[in-house]
Amino acid sequence: MTLAKLLTGAALAAGLAGGAFAASHSEPVKAGFIYVGPIGDGGWTHEHNIGRLAVEEEFGDAVETVYQESVPEGADAERAITQMALQGADIIFTTSFGYMDPTINVAEKFPDVKFEHATGYKTADNVAIYSARFYEGRAIQGHIAGKMTKTNKIGYIASFPIPEVIRGINSAYIHAKKVNPDVEFSVVWAFTWFDPAKEADAATALIEQGADVILQHTDSTAPQAAAAEAGNVITFGQASDMSEYAPMPRVSSIIDNWAPYYIDRVKAVMDGTWETKDTWDGIGPGMVGIGEISDAVPAEVKAEALALKDAIAAGDYHPFTGPINKQDGSVWLAEGETADDGTLLGMDFYVEGLTGEIPN
Amino acid sequence: MIRLERRREPSRLWSYVTPVLAVIATMIAGGLMFAALGKDPFEVIRTIFWDPVLGEFAFYYRGQLLIKAGPLILIAIGLSLGFRAGIWNIGAEGQYIIGAICGAAVGLAFYPMDARWLIFPLMILAGAVGGFLWAMIPAILKTRFNTNEILVSLLLVYVAEQLLASMALGALRNPEGSGFPGSRNLRRYESSANTELFEGTGMHWGVVAAFIAVIFAYILLNRHMLGYQIRLTGQAPRAARFAGVRPNLLVVFCLGASGALAGLAGMFEVAGPAGQVSIDFNVGYGFTAIIVAFLGRLHPVGILLAGLLMALTYIGGEAAQSTLGLPAAAIQAFQGMLLFFLLAVDMLTNYRFRFGKREVA
Repeated sequence: MTLAKLLTGAALAAGLAGGAFAASHSEPVKAGFIYVGPIGDGGWTHEHNIGRLAVEEEFGDAVETVYQESVPEGADAERAITQMALQGADIIFTTSFGYMDPTINVAEKFPDVKFEHATGYKTADNVAIYSARFYEGRAIQGHIAGKMTKTNKIGYIASFPIPEVIRGINSAYIHAKKVNPDVEFSVVWAFTWFDPAKEADAATALIEQGADVILQHTDSTAPQAAAAEAGNVITFGQASDMSEYAPMPRVSSIIDNWAPYYIDRVKAVMDGTWETKDTWDGIGPGMVGIGEISDAVPAEVKAEALALKDAIAAGDYHPFTGPINKQDGSVWLAEGETADDGTLLGMDFYVEGLTGEIPN
Repeated sequence: MIRLERRREPSRLWSYVTPVLAVIATMIAGGLMFAALGKDPFEVIRTIFWDPVLGEFAFYYRGQLLIKAGPLILIAIGLSLGFRAGIWNIGAEGQYIIGAICGAAVGLAFYPMDARWLIFPLMILAGAVGGFLWAMIPAILKTRFNTNEILVSLLLVYVAEQLLASMALGALRNPEGSGFPGSRNLRRYESSANTELFEGTGMHWGVVAAFIAVIFAYILLNRHMLGYQIRLTGQAPRAARFAGVRPNLLVVFCLGASGALAGLAGMFEVAGPAGQVSIDFNVGYGFTAIIVAFLGRLHPVGILLAGLLMALTYIGGEAAQSTLGLPAAAIQAFQGMLLFFLLAVDMLTNYRFRFGKREVA
């Protein structure tokens, strides 16, 4: 018997055992979480961990959760995921884009374990994917940013040039431009999800270049601290509320709310109704939250922002509604046309007006 | 009254005993830390050091140990040659990245041709040449313009990282990846996959290469003129010159060899465990290998053991995180303790304790 067969055998046994236990409720369902940053990052991983705690809260003794933090994307991730599967996890959430191939690889070896990969695009019979429409929140940020900036320069700390991040930049830009035609965006690519020193450097550089609004698509609170130190610069909480920096510099935030989804999916495993699916929810279903808009924002701007939020939540307004041209001037969306999900999911271009190039 | 006295020669006995002593000291200090975190220290130590080798899931972990140790050993062997001669290649991480890019590029250029006998050897060659050429930059700058190879090789790591990002987003991006960064998966392409020789053992070609490198380095250092020159240059550079060592040639050899080995490690990693060129493909093997080289006392067999020990703390540490709920920072602190104690007890090799009063000369 080869080791691979042994491995599959062990996995099967674990899976079968898991199934039997789930049915009888005598043994808790085990849910594993793989995190890209530390749970104390105050942003992305922090919110996923809150989702995990919500699962524990909801099901009490019927569930057991395990997690591993700061798992590098790549070969190490595959081991971390395998380890959880070997130790009897029934469902494993892998919470970063770079875990995509490792998740698929491990899922092949453990057909009875359920996998949930965040922000990717590969699915399998036992791999579901989920993400949030953060670009809806970016629209509201862009609106506030465009209204608030005095220098008309907005700095944007981007992580990796993947569609999710590019969508955010485009959405924020479109809505800032709408209320302030003179606005300019400077995008800095940090090539990291979490690196407080790098993020702080990027924020400081942007502020020195005259930006008085800093948007971030990285996970730490370092840019908030840099903005607070500079004074007269506003920021938005990313992934987490980051309310410790309110009312200034943090004037609002995009909050990821994974708890309902996690509870729902763990429940499905318990009930034996889990199926692979592709979830992409926004403000409407509550996966994306908008943190309280602070008093640093004039009441009238706040009201407009909230109205925008309600329109998006209700489905009356799509943040990517034409006319929108691509950066090279070619037409992307005609008057009144809205973007389809396929284009959004693979977005690799800037809209007209943004300067600079997407690293390529 | 206790005082320290320098030994005339490093103690042979102590140089063998100190690593063991350091591991024991780490277990004690680490155990105290784990206890302070509210965990059972014995359980944590067992999870880190025992379970991956002999525990319930050891059949999986043993292979992972080799996968993790392979690139560390391969790179550290190369570095140790230069370190012995006082030639400091700090940029193995960069050479590792370039080796991976070159190897992957060759493999992807042939996609989807079915000719493993041709493609895989070519990739190995490309990986070694890529790492070699990247290391030639600091080598030539040093021999021509007398620049500092520490700085040049280190800074080239950041250049290599930018190059890696640009490859993952541009030239080598998977055309079927709907705009997402990252190349095709090399492990899923028959002709380029760095497969395990025996499935489930973790024994892939990179691990084989690491073992071969250990043997070659041992022969080179102990039986070969070049090895003698390397050792002599490190111990007495002036004497070496009189003995006919050509320092420039030695710089080129040491940097070139370490670059080629790092490039090989990168190539085997990208075609095997990692599977694809991605923006964050490198996870610091090139830097950790520096620690491994010194942990192994720059001795080939020492490096082999040090690489395995380092891999064990990583893999056991990860297991302790997920099974016992320890924070990642506690594991990093634990690894830090190990290095600290290793350096600290090194003193015993070079010094001896003297009790009693200093004798009047």
